[in-house]
Amino acid sequence: MNPPVAAPPVLRMTGVSKSFGATKALDDVTFELGRGEVHALIGENGAGKSTMMKVLSGALAPDAGRMEIDGRPYAPAGPGDGLRCGVSMIYQELTLAPHLTVAENIMLGRELHTAGWLDRRGMRAKVREALELVGHPEISPDAAVGRLSVGAKQIVEIARALINRSRILVMDEPTSSLTQEDSQHLFEIIRGLRDQGVSVVYISHFLEEIQRVADTYTVLRDGRSVGSGTMEGTTLEDIIQLMVGRKFTQLFPRVEHEVGGPVLSLDRLKGRRLAAPVSLTLSKGEILGVAGLIGSGRTEMLRALFGLDEVEGGTIVVSGAELAGRRPWTRIRHGLGLLSEDRQGEGLATSLSVAHNMTLSRLAPYRRGGLLSPARERRAVAEWIGRLAIKAKGPGQKVAGLSGGNQQKVALARLLHQDASVLLLDEPTRGIDVVSKSQIYEWIGGLVRGGKAVLFVSSYLPELLGICDRIAVFHRGALVETRSTKAWDAAGLMAAATVGRASRERPIEQRSAA
Amino acid sequence: MSRPRRAGLGRALNFFGPFIGLLLVIALFALIPEVQGRFLRGANFKSVATQSVIVALGALGMTLVIISGGIDLSAASNIALASVITAYAVNAGVSPLLALLFGVLTGGLVGLVNGRLVTRLRLVPFIVTMGMMGIARGAAKWIAGNQKIDAPMTWVNELMAKSPRPSWLLLAPGVWIVILFAVAMAVLLKYTVFGRHVFAVGSNEATARLSGIRTNRVKIAVYAVSGLFCGLSGVMEFSRLTVGDPTVAVGLELDIIAAVVIGGGSLSGGEGSILGTMVGVLIMSFLRNGCTMMGWPNYIQEIIIGAIIIVAVAVDRLRHRAE
Repeated sequence: MNPPVAAPPVLRMTGVSKSFGATKALDDVTFELGRGEVHALIGENGAGKSTMMKVLSGALAPDAGRMEIDGRPYAPAGPGDGLRCGVSMIYQELTLAPHLTVAENIMLGRELHTAGWLDRRGMRAKVREALELVGHPEISPDAAVGRLSVGAKQIVEIARALINRSRILVMDEPTSSLTQEDSQHLFEIIRGLRDQGVSVVYISHFLEEIQRVADTYTVLRDGRSVGSGTMEGTTLEDIIQLMVGRKFTQLFPRVEHEVGGPVLSLDRLKGRRLAAPVSLTLSKGEILGVAGLIGSGRTEMLRALFGLDEVEGGTIVVSGAELAGRRPWTRIRHGLGLLSEDRQGEGLATSLSVAHNMTLSRLAPYRRGGLLSPARERRAVAEWIGRLAIKAKGPGQKVAGLSGGNQQKVALARLLHQDASVLLLDEPTRGIDVVSKSQIYEWIGGLVRGGKAVLFVSSYLPELLGICDRIAVFHRGALVETRSTKAWDAAGLMAAATVGRASRERPIEQRSAA
Repeated sequence: MSRPRRAGLGRALNFFGPFIGLLLVIALFALIPEVQGRFLRGANFKSVATQSVIVALGALGMTLVIISGGIDLSAASNIALASVITAYAVNAGVSPLLALLFGVLTGGLVGLVNGRLVTRLRLVPFIVTMGMMGIARGAAKWIAGNQKIDAPMTWVNELMAKSPRPSWLLLAPGVWIVILFAVAMAVLLKYTVFGRHVFAVGSNEATARLSGIRTNRVKIAVYAVSGLFCGLSGVMEFSRLTVGDPTVAVGLELDIIAAVVIGGGSLSGGEGSILGTMVGVLIMSFLRNGCTMMGWPNYIQEIIIGAIIIVAVAVDRLRHRAE
């Protein structure tokens, strides 16, 4: 008699709003999550995704609006409450205790015990079960988490969420520190969970990845939900347009530039953490891409080159001068600048101001007779903030208060301010939104046009193919192949990075004929 | 339009924050009828200032160390060692100025060794300076033959005189020395490249290295400066006691650290100010002074100061979160 009704959503948020002072982080947001659905939450940095997830987990109370789980009102008083109602979060930064074992981590806070005495056997059994559920029975419950790979840690996090019998799993940028291979694994696990009826909210900046893993999506912009639907039949362009609110024409703006003579050459450079000696040349006005899996030697090469790791052999020549030793300041003196892949841990002093971070590597212009002039420094920094469109209250704001994309801009601004002539960029666009990415590509283009040279390390193949002149690929600590970008395609790069052997050259004639 | 005003208010609060605590302490004793009369007298303020000199000098260096993300547990032992060396030198007939210099340089040398050990052996400053705490104290006792060293009176002893000889000085020369160095250190921290580097190393050493800062040099300099201030503090200790006492100032490093922390210094580095530290020193001195006047026993003072440290740091946390 009754017409078939669509299954009620597991989670429904209606009219949820949250303000911080004058800024509306969430403005009348509506969100529905179906049972056994992978729902992508998409938006630029600062669009309100994290606020929304904090509201969902119970870490923040909304100013207005309602939430329901299975049709029952859901108003968590704190993260513990959310957990009890079946909502588990997996954060971007892993939250495991490195000294404890896998089992201890998974059972943390919900240890089985009798009168205070731990039931080790019972817990281990439960942990095994959870690890099996995520398809990784090979991870030992007794292994210390600190010794596991990043991918394995991610799996332990998921297992921890599952042991809680969570029906809603929120994943915030889960692949940002995973290798391609581990990401594939993760997608399989997510699909498996979905088939078991678990609903997943998936937050990521990698749109290609979202397209692969998600069933539905919701786009947030300036704290409002501006669109949602099924992934099928939606193109990336549609989504990007929703995110930025205007027609987004070019993700990889091409800045014309002229490649000149060599400015940096490595001859059989050997580092403490490099398996094989590396030789390469970088020219003025060139963007040399560096591809490879995490741990393949690309970052290690940069660190040895910049004097952060021991150089054990070979030579580094920059503009005719030979550099040696573990002394980053000598590199800076010769015009090198490094952007770290680890923004929080190494790239920025987050408890210091935007100004102090930006000028740290070149204070000389503000020094007169031994004393610094903070006023002149502030003026110069304010100008950079404007030029790079950094969203900050001013030069004096602490970096910790900025969003990820803006922090990255500050880190990059330090290299620009330093006026480095050879820029070593390690994952410069990781974890930041498309618009900021596109801006960064444009600056890099502008830099090489002005005669600078850029070494661009990235895991994101489309950007390597999009902006580099040449691409070098690392595999297991060795540089396996360098080719002009025209002679690479994504499959070839992937093959070289994962197998260590480049596939046959892509026929150039055919390409230029097309 | 309310934005700039609010920012101005915030800045004002940040600037005056430490003073509020100090005013509260002074107001507390000023309101108690039994001590009011004696407490609020200029002479009393003078003696509080003089009593603050030794901790204040140590705290000037300690502020630098703590901002750089380190700690110097050897400060008090270093003070004792410097006082013994000064007494020894005066006793040996060296000119007072030279004796004073010996004292200061001894402190600097101990600091330099601390810095070298921290950077060369890559050990945590807590461990290195804890070891040095024992070494310096032992050395002081050894040199002094495990007793006090008497020394003839010289002008060095007048540095800590409550009524300074040329009376227009108003305060003991030691107090003026503290004020002079406090201003110099505040300028050093805020307006020099070195100061900026100290903050950077304390906030994130990896970032500092990446930005071309020679972090080891910065750290060695920081510990050496701390040592020099301990040396000077030791000279003041000798000036006050007129003898070189190797058992003096036991546990004083904790008072010194507490002053820095009350003044807004963060033990995880990257934060702190000279002004805050000086206010921290005064808060503790006034508390001691007031408690003594009240006739409260020593243990009450200890409890109160312990509580003040916790409250001060908690308030500082709140202030940060409000930002």
